Amino acid sequence: MRHHRGMVGTVVLAALVVLSVGACHRSVPPVENPAPPPSAAAQAPTLAAPDKPPAPPAPVKESVVAAPAPIVEDRVSSASLDEINRNSPLKPVFFDYNQSDVSAEAQKALDANADVLKHNPGWIVTIEGHCDERGTAEYNLALGERRANAARAYLVSLGISADHLRTVSYGKEFPFDPGHDEAAWARNRRAHFVVTQK
Amino acid sequence: MTRTNLLGLWGLAAAGVTLMAIAPGAQAPQQPPQQPPAISLTITGESGALPHYAVPDFIPLSNDAETVAAAKTIGEVLFADLAFEREFEMIPRDTYASIPPARSLSAIPFDRWRELGADGLVIGTVQKQGDSLRVDVRLFGVKQQQAAFGREYVAQASNPRFIAHTASDEIFQSQLALRGVARTKIAFVSDRDGERLVGTVESRVVKEVYLCDYDGANQRRLTVNRTLNINPTWSPDGRSIAYTSYRRGVPDIFISNIFQGTIENPLHSRGEENFLPVWSPDGTKIAFQSNRDGHAEIYVMSRDGSGIRRLTNNPANDGTPTWSPTGRQIAFTSDRAGAPQIYVVDADGLNLRLLTHESYCDRPTWSPAPYNEIAYASRTGSGFDVKVLDLASGEIRQLTFGEGSNESPAYAPNGRHLVFSSTRSGRRQLYTIDRTGRDVRQLTKVGNNQTPDWSK
Repeated sequence: MRHHRGMVGTVVLAALVVLSVGACHRSVPPVENPAPPPSAAAQAPTLAAPDKPPAPPAPVKESVVAAPAPIVEDRVSSASLDEINRNSPLKPVFFDYNQSDVSAEAQKALDANADVLKHNPGWIVTIEGHCDERGTAEYNLALGERRANAARAYLVSLGISADHLRTVSYGKEFPFDPGHDEAAWARNRRAHFVVTQK
Repeated sequence: MTRTNLLGLWGLAAAGVTLMAIAPGAQAPQQPPQQPPAISLTITGESGALPHYAVPDFIPLSNDAETVAAAKTIGEVLFADLAFEREFEMIPRDTYASIPPARSLSAIPFDRWRELGADGLVIGTVQKQGDSLRVDVRLFGVKQQQAAFGREYVAQASNPRFIAHTASDEIFQSQLALRGVARTKIAFVSDRDGERLVGTVESRVVKEVYLCDYDGANQRRLTVNRTLNINPTWSPDGRSIAYTSYRRGVPDIFISNIFQGTIENPLHSRGEENFLPVWSPDGTKIAFQSNRDGHAEIYVMSRDGSGIRRLTNNPANDGTPTWSPTGRQIAFTSDRAGAPQIYVVDADGLNLRLLTHESYCDRPTWSPAPYNEIAYASRTGSGFDVKVLDLASGEIRQLTFGEGSNESPAYAPNGRHLVFSSTRSGRRQLYTIDRTGRDVRQLTKVGNNQTPDWSK
């Protein structure tokens, strides 16, 4: 057992090392000011977004050479994962009770998140599906998964690479708001975005 | 007075004493059941009533604090154990505190016990021997003034409760041919230690797997991975616990072999989510919920992760499986008709049937034989209550009635009790309840405790 645990520990450690090395040395294209909200016409999800780039010039491509020094102070791309996630440019999206449909409001948030991701094509993002406490612990695992899947499918429809979007359902674990009222429940029915690699 | 003298005076031969050594600690594998002694006196109550039992304090054969404390514990625990199945009417212990302890068989004041209304009388002695306790337990029929059960136990002194549990289970077996549950355990998850997940922005309190005795004693932590762990389930042999852990970032199935201290990760997820493992009755297979094909479906695998077979195929979510006692059917939750309901399907995926028609049902748990029923959580108003569906009659009986929200029922191995979680006292805690809805007992008090499973 000690042997096995040791191995797991080593693997985790190795993964951390890889991550931190990656964070230090892999250059990430700079991001300019956040993209403006897409126009109404662009809000409808389309399947072939790549040939319809958003208005501001996006970083050309994921480059492996060092990017030129950004003209504008770029807090996001130079930040550590923790810093990114602490003040994340990826906003959570919220769902109705026992629902996983992406509402118009959620679409707006996801459109903005898609723009952020297009400016940061190296990011690997985990989409966490969460539920409020009113369902059962077990069924909420499936419901949370469905919410994460819905958010992911919408982002993919905007041209975000599916390979860069992972999903994890937490069911009703890890509520954002520990309260027990409508306001808390509404905040807890969410898809939460965590940058896990950049 | 020495133990030998005492045994002699109590009538060693008549009681048919056998010596049974309990291996150290509660982790001992089950000993093969010993045959009851040749004498078999079944103690009955007056005119059809339950037999009335008295369990006076056990007698310490030395005055050291450890022996005295063990004797006290064993008497108390044995009393509670014998009360648990509600087959004996237990006479409150304070009503016979004045009856002097019997130092020999001839000195047992049977008249006083008969006056008290006792049909069965359990008396015993406790003797310390090095690191062990030698405990002599006798059950007498008061009317007959005759031994109905007698055993001597030798066990590690560190866990006197386990001696009482063993005696209780053997008394139930010898008197009623009933499988007691005093030595069974409950696995659950808890956030009681308040440890926080590392590396997240939101403050997230982890949950680890814990174990306790059936009565809530001996609560201890099993996992130490400091991530989220949920829904532990016991293997049929009681030697392993499968659970869902997020320790590698993605929810995946882990198996802790609790006596060896080893951990298995049979599926080794590459990003897919694997949840809610449940063991087949023969322990060779595990049913679970996974999104490996895009969304929640039910799969069956061999214990080592090989031979994965998909059991459900539906655009809806199918999850929370439970095996029938024969292993030929699996009940589960599906929202294919809208709200989550309980379904049952043959283990080959055929013959699907809808079992419930309520607003929201989940966490089906199939009872062990001889009962043929499924317990589940059902939405009743703002929260959930535990209900039981009798599969033969189709009748539903409700066990809890809106005291907090009641979830995640799991059966005791004899089918006579369930454990579930409830918010009735504030935070989520574990409770046991009789299968008819009586005798609610709170097992946990610290932190939030949930998703229990009862060892088989």
